[in-house]
Amino acid sequence: MSTTAIFLLLILGLGFIITFQIAKASEYVSVLKGEKKSFQQSNRVNGFLMVVFLVLGLVALGWCHNLLYHKTLMPFPSASDHGEKVDNMLRITLAATGLVFFITQILLFWFAYKYQYSEKRTAYYYPHNNTLEIIWTTIPTIVLCILVGFGLYYWYNMTGAAPKGAAQVEITGRQFNWIYRYPGKDNTFGKKYFRAISDVDNNMLGLIWEDKNAHDDIVTTEALYLVKDEPVELIINSRDVVHSVGLPHFRMKMDAVPGIPTRLTFTPKYTTEEMRQITGNPNFEYEIACDQMCGNSHYSMKGVIKVVTRDEFILWRAKQIPNYKLAFPDEEGTEAPAADSTAVAMAK
Amino acid sequence: MSNEAAMHGHQDLVTTHELHHDDHHVHHHHENFITKYIFSQDHKMIAKQFLITGIVWAILGGLMSVLFRLQIGFSGETFPWLSDILGRWWVTAEGKITPEAYYALVTMHGTVLVFFVLTAGLSGTFANFLIPLQIGARDMASPFMNMLSYWFFFTASIVMLCSFFVQTGPFSGGWTAYPPLSAIGDASPGSKTGVDLWLISLALFVVSQLLGGLNYISTVLNLRTKGMTMTRMPLPVWGLFFTAVLGLLSFPVLLSGFILLLFDRHAGSSFYLSDIFIASTNTALPHEGGSAILYQHLFWFLGHPEVYIIILPAMGLVSEVMSVNARKPIFGYLAMVASMFGIAVLSFLVWAHHMFVSGLNPFLGSVFVLLTLLIAVPSAIKVFNWLATIWRGNLRFTPGMLFSIGFVSLFISGGLTGIFLGNSTLDIHLHDTYFVIAHFHIVMGVSAFFGMFAAIYHWFPKMFGRYMNNTMAYIHFWVTLVGAYLIFWPMHYEGLAGMPRRYYDYSQWVSFNQFEGLNKFISIVTIVVFAVQLLFVFNFFYSIFKGRLVTTRNPWHANTLEWTTPIRPGHGNWEGEIPEVHRWPYDYSKDGRDFIPQTEPISPNESSH
Repeated sequence: MSTTAIFLLLILGLGFIITFQIAKASEYVSVLKGEKKSFQQSNRVNGFLMVVFLVLGLVALGWCHNLLYHKTLMPFPSASDHGEKVDNMLRITLAATGLVFFITQILLFWFAYKYQYSEKRTAYYYPHNNTLEIIWTTIPTIVLCILVGFGLYYWYNMTGAAPKGAAQVEITGRQFNWIYRYPGKDNTFGKKYFRAISDVDNNMLGLIWEDKNAHDDIVTTEALYLVKDEPVELIINSRDVVHSVGLPHFRMKMDAVPGIPTRLTFTPKYTTEEMRQITGNPNFEYEIACDQMCGNSHYSMKGVIKVVTRDEFILWRAKQIPNYKLAFPDEEGTEAPAADSTAVAMAK
Repeated sequence: MSNEAAMHGHQDLVTTHELHHDDHHVHHHHENFITKYIFSQDHKMIAKQFLITGIVWAILGGLMSVLFRLQIGFSGETFPWLSDILGRWWVTAEGKITPEAYYALVTMHGTVLVFFVLTAGLSGTFANFLIPLQIGARDMASPFMNMLSYWFFFTASIVMLCSFFVQTGPFSGGWTAYPPLSAIGDASPGSKTGVDLWLISLALFVVSQLLGGLNYISTVLNLRTKGMTMTRMPLPVWGLFFTAVLGLLSFPVLLSGFILLLFDRHAGSSFYLSDIFIASTNTALPHEGGSAILYQHLFWFLGHPEVYIIILPAMGLVSEVMSVNARKPIFGYLAMVASMFGIAVLSFLVWAHHMFVSGLNPFLGSVFVLLTLLIAVPSAIKVFNWLATIWRGNLRFTPGMLFSIGFVSLFISGGLTGIFLGNSTLDIHLHDTYFVIAHFHIVMGVSAFFGMFAAIYHWFPKMFGRYMNNTMAYIHFWVTLVGAYLIFWPMHYEGLAGMPRRYYDYSQWVSFNQFEGLNKFISIVTIVVFAVQLLFVFNFFYSIFKGRLVTTRNPWHANTLEWTTPIRPGHGNWEGEIPEVHRWPYDYSKDGRDFIPQTEPISPNESSH
């Protein structure tokens, strides 16, 4: 053990002994002073601390907010249309709960201070009051129904069917990264089956090569390219355990469950470049964070989303080689060189 | 400082008989060390066994959190001396906590605190201790089953402890143990032997809970003393009763989920597994057609009632301690019982709010949003009733009272953030971030602990015939309250930045690495708060042997029946007849009298309430 550790332990031990001695001594003192007197004294101290805690606590709340608010995502606009709804809901909920928070906490500690033991006062025998009960049952019910109403309105908005013409991209989680698949120029995903997966044969998703639709599918682990202002539907899969596609800047999230594909729809609003300017962070990236415990490298399961303009997207697409070509590099396919023709098709 | 000072004017009869700490027993059966302290069938001794086992687990569980906080707060630094203490599997020779160890610690911290400390240690202790004493029974309906309940828990503890020493390490897939991660050994080293031991341990624990729960329910329903109608029961008994019902209905579902998981692990079944490819061996597993979501339903069908299993006893205990020390009846007794009943019923109908982003049908999700937010109504009623209870009271800040007030404060803070997470729209963003960590640690972790501390300080004189030291208790309270807020309040901000939970290291993330300083701060506070808990533990054990002696039967001037027993009651609790009950337990400051015990008949000229 290092000396610092021993030193720390010594301090801790010493602190313990001192506290213990003080505690014992005050117990003896209280016996000498008379129990009643020392009870009243300590009661006053604790009562005073109640109000101190309340005041300092409220000050600390403000301080903490100033310190941390700009580190959250809240100062910046949401990067997706659906995310704006989340932010609205957050503001509404914050207003409602914030009010209740301040009222109840202030009453709690204020009452504790105000009604601390005094020889002169007897407590007020007040066992129940049905009117009060009805009032504080009804008001929370109404407020919560309003919150439910807003919540469900937004929820159906976000989880509804993807708009017509939304681009489909498949994202598949595996320990410990993400695989993205684009349907290629035919705009149709080829069939796949998990028993066909083979990392050694360059078929990470188990595409079935008998299906011609699979031949132009692009499979990449580099980054997920999305087009600004165009709705996208993510089709989410997992190859092994449960993962979760966490998109904090878009305020979106959906689990990746093996055997059960899930979906997520949104429209990116700012390109990565624009977001770098908005946040003032030149290193900004839309990161995909795995949000479901998936193993010992869960913390490093990072993906990147590049939101680009349509032109940039077409350029990027043109450079991609379909998975089929990568799996069978020697084969002279009947297909035209996929990359260029795809680009042309997309440009139209 | 004095607990008896508040007696002012009421001098209890202290017989010399009592001062001799009536260690002799009503039944006068032969007791040796083993039957008295180990295989005891006395509910009070079993309660102490639950409590002390719970304390041991709380220390271990807290220590685990200190260790993983070291990693989160100081991920750039090394602790070679930890390696010497814990060994190379946990901490590398250079002094870095390994990811395996980190995830094992996180998983075990959750499991141990939720099940062993806050379920067994809290409701196990006080259900055993208070139910017979407060309803006027000599013991549980079946003392033998009660004893078995503890020993199943003890065995579960031993099995869990053993899992720390297997070669591949303890289970490390999170306390929720979602398959396929928990089902496939190849997916993670922690999913090898560790899971089997984890499952066996928790299966034993479920048996313990069922044996205990059946006992609590039948005791409450059948063994109440004369005059103790259900509506005259003190609120802790109500809380513990509802808890037992919840446990009885939900734990078997968890057990079935675990058994299916064991089948998937060892019998080749596919309840939860489908479409899985193992990269390390480049093979696809034969399982097809199972649903990983099925497990989540089975787990959360217990998992959500479980948080109420934890908090309902705390609510009941706090209500009692608060009323006694405010010298005022609990406000709205029937509303308190009704809201506990409401919570108990609703708790079965909200489980899928843990699964809003699992691909659940959005319509189904919306039903769970409605029901989840509705559960805030009974919770709100309880908070307002507590506030009304201390309004115009005459508050004695005993340690129990302080922790009760702290409980209400934390319950408000953590409860309100539940309204964020129960709303699926917000949950999409906040799910599995530090916002969730902050929410549930405040509302069911720390506040349940506060309920437990309130109860320990309050009933310690009944348990051991001595007082705990008040000065240490005050330090314990204030540091813990302030510390709890310092630790968990800033985590809401991390959650609003989308910072995911269960990450070993955030340094490679552009989106989350701005919290480095905050993480360090939180870790330091955690260590301080943990040290203060050790002060409590010291106070607890020291006071058992050396604390100031209790010299009166009813030191808090409370109305309930447990304070009519001898200072150190033997097995059987009351020496003569069990007292008869004539009134509800909350007649404080009525008709100018400080308190009127439940055993006192209603006099004809008494005002009615």
